[in-house]
Formats: sequence, structure tokens, C-alpha cells
Amino acid sequence: MSASPVNPGTDAGDDVLVRVENLVKYFPVRAGGLVRRTVGQVQAVDDVSLSIPRGTTLGLVGETGSGKSTLARCVAGLIPVTSGRVTFDGRDITNLSRRAMRPIRREIQMIFQDPYSSLNPRRRVGSIIGDPFAIHKTATGAARKQAVQELMERVGLNPEHYNRFPAEFSGGQRQRIGVARALALRPQLIICDEPVSALDVSIQAQVLNLLADLQRDYGLTYLFIAHNLDVVRHVSDSVAVMYLGRIGEVGPKEPLYRAPRHPYTAALLSAAPAADPDAVASRQRIILTGDVPSPIDPPSGCRFHPRCPKAQQLCAQTEPQLEVKAGDAAAHLTACHFPVEAGENLATAGRSELS
Amino acid sequence: MSIGGLEVEGREALEAEAALDSANVEGRSQWQLTWRRLRRDKVAMIALTFIVIMVVLAIAAPVFVAITHHPPNIAYPNTGETAAGNPVPPGTAGFWLGTDGTGRDLFIRILYGARISLFVGFVTTAIGTVAGVVVGLIAGYFGGIVDNVLARFTDAVLAFPYVVLALALAVVLGPSLQVIIAVIAFFSWAAIARIVRGQTLSIKEKEYIEAARSLGAGPFRIMALDILPNLLAPVLVLATLYIPTAVVFEATLSYLGLGIQPPTASWGNILADAENFYQVAWWYIVFPAAALLLTTLAFNLLGDGIRDAMDPRTERVFAAGRNRGRRRRRGKRQTLADADGSGLVSSVPPAGSS
Repeated sequence: MSASPVNPGTDAGDDVLVRVENLVKYFPVRAGGLVRRTVGQVQAVDDVSLSIPRGTTLGLVGETGSGKSTLARCVAGLIPVTSGRVTFDGRDITNLSRRAMRPIRREIQMIFQDPYSSLNPRRRVGSIIGDPFAIHKTATGAARKQAVQELMERVGLNPEHYNRFPAEFSGGQRQRIGVARALALRPQLIICDEPVSALDVSIQAQVLNLLADLQRDYGLTYLFIAHNLDVVRHVSDSVAVMYLGRIGEVGPKEPLYRAPRHPYTAALLSAAPAADPDAVASRQRIILTGDVPSPIDPPSGCRFHPRCPKAQQLCAQTEPQLEVKAGDAAAHLTACHFPVEAGENLATAGRSELS
Repeated sequence: MSIGGLEVEGREALEAEAALDSANVEGRSQWQLTWRRLRRDKVAMIALTFIVIMVVLAIAAPVFVAITHHPPNIAYPNTGETAAGNPVPPGTAGFWLGTDGTGRDLFIRILYGARISLFVGFVTTAIGTVAGVVVGLIAGYFGGIVDNVLARFTDAVLAFPYVVLALALAVVLGPSLQVIIAVIAFFSWAAIARIVRGQTLSIKEKEYIEAARSLGAGPFRIMALDILPNLLAPVLVLATLYIPTAVVFEATLSYLGLGIQPPTASWGNILADAENFYQVAWWYIVFPAAALLLTTLAFNLLGDGIRDAMDPRTERVFAAGRNRGRRRRRGKRQTLADADGSGLVSSVPPAGSS
């Protein structure tokens, strides 16, 4: 990514809150009993660059194992980065010590996927939501209780349930508790790691609307991870598609959804269930063959080439760069040698059509 | 009759449920729930009652000295021994449980033995539990080389033939209460540390730990506030089961003459003395042995009860609770049927038969 390492997905002139540059995160694979040695690397995130303008939402989609959550944890400073740089609000926060990271923790918060395991079952709700105040010593005693109850009210919980345990709440209410906890310190960035994928569809909408309200009221910036394309489309300003630790395509939401350029994006979109049966009947369905390859030993060249209906010799040899393709907006980048053209029928490109 | 009985029972249940609902507003903690379940466990409650009585008796030992006028270490050669020099049986001359081999009041000596045994049991368990939790938490949370060193040390302690080592230490350092407590405590933390480490390893992976880290909480705050509360249940059960082990260990050392030294009474050294008189004075051996047996049994049963009450999720406990409830209900039906004079013992509900 030597040509333009910075700023895919946005205009350079925007007020960027988070910038990720050439981020790499490998997890060593160790074997052996007493003397452990590294036998391989899980290339969870490999050379990813992103930026999120202040007050906007970047949606991050991809299959399980594509490195979305790892990327989120690197940005949140929860796990050390192998190489690359994370800049937050102009400050380099890559691999800071816990002490140095402490003031930045107030600015970056996370909402977790599982509303059951993300709340300590042994602690009362008041104590869970009050935790940020206690850790950063910003409010104590009655002031903390009042702040917590205000937060509970803000996210749609009954403040009188202050002394209850998480087990006494439903999944949606528990996720609201998680939102309240993330909101407590008035952060600038909230990383939402599949915040609604564990919830019922009816509850999903409520939580998504809550997140949208909070963004409007507090000017929040979201990094929103999901594997549900409709959810991402609903909440995001721009979208990045990850595959095996790399970004395949990134760009503003509408053009990306309307005319995906990367075959993987096109396949994902074609596989998403639609509410309109006419639309389903009229559209082509791209069926990907095989499984996601192992991130320990990713394919050569373009990582998607073994499953790509348009793959050619070049794809296995040379890695495509993330760049603007002909006819796209400046912020719409695609890493593909042979981007999808409008009206192209991918379903028949690689393999004979089923049925 | 039976229907009336059932109705009353039903109304009680409804009222209990109503009370439950109103209590629900506060949100019941783990401990309140555990206590509610434990109270329904008859065996555990009997065991708990026995332990409380034993503790009260031990604390009140001087009161009984004042009542009987028999200090624990005073021998009564005239009233407390037969002409042949043997112990006198229970009830003789104001000796409620008889006397021991040198004419001392056996009841008073058992009470003073209880003071030593329970004190050693509680103190060593407390030391061992705290040490085990600290070591296990640190090893499990930090992992890596810290874990390697601590876990291997724990394994080494567990691998020691502890009775042999305890005997050797008692010989080398000279028997005293401090040495006994130190020795028993040293051998009781390792098993707790190992279990705490395992639990910590699994809790560490929970999202709420990551949430705490993302809020900026330090490792010790996370250990104390987020991990420890989740460990208390298994640790409490373990600790309850460790008290009887410590009590027996102390008795063993004292029995072998390497624990509490005469004339100070301990269940172990009373039993060692009683050996010489078992043919002429059954009470001398039966009462202290019963005290030891029932105390350890009570602690074990209470520990089991607490474990069952703590974790309603485990299949075993669920089944046990259901069966116990079913058995109790069936028992009630049987007595109802008998009251009707039918004499029939059947599993058919009385409501259907009448």
C-alpha cells in the first residue's frame, strides 16, 4: 500500500477522528510442551488502513474470522498491535502503556456483542454503569448514583432498577446497560462490536435507534461491526468490507451498496435476504464455493482469488491495491484487478448456474 | 381432610410467592438466594445447627467450668477415679460424661478440646483460603511466566507426602499451636490455589473483563471486583470442606503426640490417652471420638449443602432438588393417607383418590 497509505474512504479534508494506517495484527501459533516455539502466525489483520471522520459511522462487515473484531480491539487499545499505527484525535495511541492509555480510555468506549457475558452477573446494574466513574474517579457517592440514574433514563431503562442484577433484565435491556456504561464518560468514539447480532429482530431496531439518537445528541463517532448487511446499511455513513484480514472494498454507503465493485462485496450483497420477494426474484445470486481459507496460511495474491468467480492468473500472483476504480467516487476504493462492472452477471462468470 | 391440607399448602405457596414478588423489587443477591435454598435443605440445616451448638459450647467452656467446678486440667483422684484407679462412668459425682484416665472431667476436657480443634480448623482454613485465592488469582490472571512459577510451586506442594512432612516439621520445630497452624495452613492453600487459578482462567475470557479493561480498570481492580465475586461460591464451598480436614489433621498430629501437648486438651490427645482405657471406660473413647466424627461430618454435609444451594444451574443439583421436593411431597401424602385410616401407601395423589 505504498501509493496512498492514508485515508481511504474519506476526503482528506474531513475532520478525521480515527486513523488506522497499515495496521497489522498477527497472533503467534505456538506448539510444544515445556519449551514453546512459534510455528506460525494467524494473520488476523494484515495491512489495513481506515479513517473515520468525526461524527460519522463506519460500518465494518465481513464473515466470521475476517478480522473485524481484532481490528476493533486494536483500535480500542485492548490488544497490542504487531505493526502499523492508530491515531486518535491527532494523537498516536499505538501500543501505549496502560498508564499512558488511561486518559484515552475515556474517549474510546466499546459496546460488546453478547449482552449476557459482557455484564458481570455478580454486580448490580448501578455498580456496572458506575464503574467508569469509579475507575476514572470522576464522581463518587450520591453524585455517581445520580449520574448513573440519569444514564439509565437516557438509554431507556427504569432508574429505579439501579439495584438489580443483570440476570433480572432481558437481552435488549442488558444491551442498553452496556450502552449506558459505554456512554458514561461521554466518549468521542464508540466501537460497537456486533451490538445487535445477539438480539431479537424487534429489539435490534430499538437498540439501533437508541444508538442513532445518541450519535445525534452527543456527536458520537461509531465504528460499527456487524455481519448483517441491512443493519450496517441502516446505521453507516461509509462501509468497509473485510475478507481474511484485508479490506476488499471501502466507500460511502450508497454507491457501495448500489454498485459494489469487489466480487466479494457483490456476493455478500446477493446473498443477503431481502424483504421484497420481487426484488429477490429479479436479482442474480452469486454462490461462492468453498470455505474461507485459513488465516494462518492465506492464499497468495488476492486473498479472495480461490473463491472468486472472476479470478484469473494475475489474481493468484499479484496482490491488488486498494484504489479508486474507473467511474467511482474518490472515496470509493476497491482492491481488485477485475472490478465488477455495472450489469455484469457474476453468477455465471465462474461456474455454471445451479438449477 | 387431605384436600383441605392441600389447599392450605397452596395458599401458603401463593403467599410465599407474593412475598417473593415484593422482595423482588430490591433484586436479590446471590447470597440471599443461596441462603433461601440452603434453608430448605434439612440435612445442611441440621449440620449447621450442630456446628453452631459446638461453637457455642466451645466458647462457653469456662461457663461450664463455673457450673461444674471442674477446671480442665485439675485431676480429682478421690471422686474422679474408682478404687482401682480407673475413670468413673458418666453421671458419677457431678462428672456429666465421666472422667478420664487421671480423674479429670471428660466433658470439660472435650469442650476445651473443641476450642483448640475449631480454632485450628477456622484459622488454618482462613489462612489457606486467603493465600490460595491470592496465588490462584495472580497465576490465572497474569499467566505467562508468573503462572508457570506459581503453578509449578503449587503442584510441588500438592505432591508432598504431607503427613510425613508435617510429622518431620513438628519434630524439628517442636510441637506447638503455632507450628501446627503453620503446617496445616501450608498444606491447605495449594488445592484452593489450583481451583481458583482454573476458574480465573475461564472468567478472564469473559467479555465483562474486556469491558472493564476497555474502561481503563487496572489488573488488581479487575481481580478484586470482577473476578473475585465470581469465585466466592466455589471458594466458600472448598473452605467449608477444608475445615474438617484441618480439624482431623490437628487431631492426627495430637494423637501421634506431635500436636497439642498435654495437659492442654485436644480431641487428638484425649483419644490417644483413651486408648489405654478402652476396656474399662467406653465413654472415655466414645465421647471425644463422637465429637470429632460429628463435627467433621457436619462440616462436610454443610459444605455439600452450600454447594448445592450455590449453583442451581448444575444438572445434579437440579435433579437433587426436584427429587427432594418430590420425596417430601410424597411423604406428606402418605401421612395424610394414613390419617384417613386407609393404611395404603401409594403414589396416587390423595386429591385424586378422594
